[in-house]
Amino acid sequence: MKKILGIVGLLIAVFTLTWAIEPKFASAYNLQNIVRWTSLFGIISIGAAFVIITGGIDLSIGSLIGLVGCLLPMLLAAGYSAPLALLAVLALSLAIGLLHGLLITRIQLQPFVVTLCGLLLYRGLGRWITHDQVQGFGSNYESLRTLAIGKVALFGDFSLPVPFLILVALGLVAAVFLNRTIWGRYLLALGHNEEAARYSGVHIERMKVLAYVICSGTAGLGGVLFALDVNSVQPAGQGNFYELYAIAAAVLGGCSLRGGEGSILGVIIGAAVMRVLYNAINVLGIPTQLEFAIIGIVILTGVIADELIRRIAARRSA
Amino acid sequence: MALLEARGIAKSFPGVRALHRVDLRISAGQVLALIGENGAGKSTLMKILAGIQRPDEGEILVEGHPVEIDSPRRASALGIALIHQELNLCDNLSVGANIFLGREKRRYGWIDRRACDEGARAALAQIGLDIDPSTPLAQLSIAHQQMVEIAKALSTQARILVMDEPTSSLTRNEATALFAVIDQLRTRGVSIIYISHRLGEVCDLADRVCVLRDGENAGELTRDQIDHDRMVSLMVGRDIDQYYARTAHKPGGVALAVENLVVPSSPLHPLSFSLHYGEIVGLAGLVGAGRSELLQVLFGIVPALGGRMCIDDSPLVPRSPLDAIGAGLALLPEDRKLQGLVLEMSIRHNIGLPGLRPHARAVAFINAAREASDGEQTVRQLAIRTPDLDQRVHHLSGGNQQKVVLGKWLSLSPKVLLLDEPTRGVDIGAKEEIYRLMEDLAGRGVAILFVSSEMEEILGMADRALVMHEGRITGQLQREELSEEAIMHMATGRAA
Repeated sequence: MKKILGIVGLLIAVFTLTWAIEPKFASAYNLQNIVRWTSLFGIISIGAAFVIITGGIDLSIGSLIGLVGCLLPMLLAAGYSAPLALLAVLALSLAIGLLHGLLITRIQLQPFVVTLCGLLLYRGLGRWITHDQVQGFGSNYESLRTLAIGKVALFGDFSLPVPFLILVALGLVAAVFLNRTIWGRYLLALGHNEEAARYSGVHIERMKVLAYVICSGTAGLGGVLFALDVNSVQPAGQGNFYELYAIAAAVLGGCSLRGGEGSILGVIIGAAVMRVLYNAINVLGIPTQLEFAIIGIVILTGVIADELIRRIAARRSA
Repeated sequence: MALLEARGIAKSFPGVRALHRVDLRISAGQVLALIGENGAGKSTLMKILAGIQRPDEGEILVEGHPVEIDSPRRASALGIALIHQELNLCDNLSVGANIFLGREKRRYGWIDRRACDEGARAALAQIGLDIDPSTPLAQLSIAHQQMVEIAKALSTQARILVMDEPTSSLTRNEATALFAVIDQLRTRGVSIIYISHRLGEVCDLADRVCVLRDGENAGELTRDQIDHDRMVSLMVGRDIDQYYARTAHKPGGVALAVENLVVPSSPLHPLSFSLHYGEIVGLAGLVGAGRSELLQVLFGIVPALGGRMCIDDSPLVPRSPLDAIGAGLALLPEDRKLQGLVLEMSIRHNIGLPGLRPHARAVAFINAAREASDGEQTVRQLAIRTPDLDQRVHHLSGGNQQKVVLGKWLSLSPKVLLLDEPTRGVDIGAKEEIYRLMEDLAGRGVAILFVSSEMEEILGMADRALVMHEGRITGQLQREELSEEAIMHMATGRAA
């Protein structure tokens, strides 16, 4: 709990600062947008966190989101029913995660290399099967699209986006999995010290494969939602850089790239910080060319502050 | 006048007073042994002398002049060099590059390799070592790597060498070679502060012994006073009469039977032996005899290439530690930090790790209540000294860490306990407790196979000893046949 205090502080700081400068920032419409996008990014960040906890990395998330975004409309257009199409793309995502996991544990390739190749491969495949043509759902799949753009009225003119409900459900399951099941504990232990976990009877390979399956699975789910959200999928651009957002959210949320550390709530708040920042840049009229630069600076400041606070705390408890 | 003198050194860490007004002095050309249990403050004192940590109080004098050792660089300038327990060398670089790492000889801004190699050769010759400086460090044995580290220290004009457990990973012959180098350095006026748990070495080597206990000076012994019992009683603050808690055992039926087991590291010599319930069997031999490799095969870390093993007459082919654990085996591995513990996790979680699966509730939920009670019971049973179960293992002393590694297995009630150097780097108090626990478990019928390189330990604890040499079991000795000579004979392959 202590670990996520800093990131919560950062979220509140960016939020109130932007609100103070531009009151429209806190309008119901804008807040809904932030919550919806936080939810979408939160979902893929949770998956990324599992891989990062094992000490690995997944760079293919964005390309997988792109591939799923291309395939889903194509499958529907080809006459598959919505549930079948969803099932197919999610199964494909899980299979890709399984492939990553097996390459990493059986052939002992480095996660960075395997998923970097994935990043290139899935993007290329997506562009090839679509001939780089924009894909969309038209206006035929409104009920399916409620998954991404639907709302549940809450109070006044504020309503909760459906993806938020998906995020809450997924977050709860993930948090229980990580903190209350033996598998979660195994992931944390092997993230810190693989050998010690192996000597304690943990099936290292199986657990790592599981982490990559979870990561690609959430990326696939994210891919479906992102596609339904935008309704016009650019094969070359859909999901670009999203793996970096997911990794940044996980790191902001307390995951260590060295492995073994991480909290699901922290990761979700990390994703929220990213989206609030992005939105603040737009709302405040800051040139969007500066977007990446600002996000980079804020994250850097965040992790520096976090490290310093931790050191001071360690010294004070001395 | 003392070459180096430390007066009233005090240092505290969060919750621990590591050193309390400790004095230390050493003259030129002297070998001072610094001994004490783990946690007595030896390492902290050495880190202060080497400039890695700064004292809260006290002063340090070199040749009578007060000095501030505020960095390793400063320590090096004063002629103080620390030879770490874990060597501080890069094994991807050559011997010469290692010796001059960070102070390479340069020519027009480029590294002058020839000059470096010449300097390295000279430094190596000083300790009678003839190694080509262009040899990659990785090709050298640990013992030679250590010599390279000493040569490196000498090439910085070091006058005071601090050696932290230098023989912990050396064979007997290698250690003898090291002692010869130390002797030679002594006659040249180099002072050596020698930290070791091996009191036999200290008896042979030291001009003076300084004993620390709980961060304070516990006493000093001059050359003519040095003997084993005096050192032990100063270290623990009392006399030890019953060091090994052994009583006679009545072995039961066969727990583990091994027939023609082919260990991949020495495939030409299949191994056969058996282990009975309630029996403590020592696995003796020199470092590199293949003992750890055997335990790893038994525990499923490395698959066997052939042969049979049976637990209670039912065959076992462990393909992973999971299979071995399921069959009732437990292993305390050789390297507790690398293989035994998740240092960043709490005591509770470390102790609970192997038991998570067998004790899990439905759908693999962690049985937190069981984990907590197992943790508490283990901490109590093994007398692990910690304020609470949520303490990270990282903060514990070596002895307490080792007890945690052992404690991991207690709640699973193993049938066969494999121990790989159970008391390595562990202080005397914890050693005694580990011996008592082994005794206790054997009394309750557990079959114990322990690897040890300490002859005393084999003689003191084993009901029976198997001796290995170059991958073969060269002999077996019953309790009444056990003697240092007999073991050494077999361990060096002179009697097969």
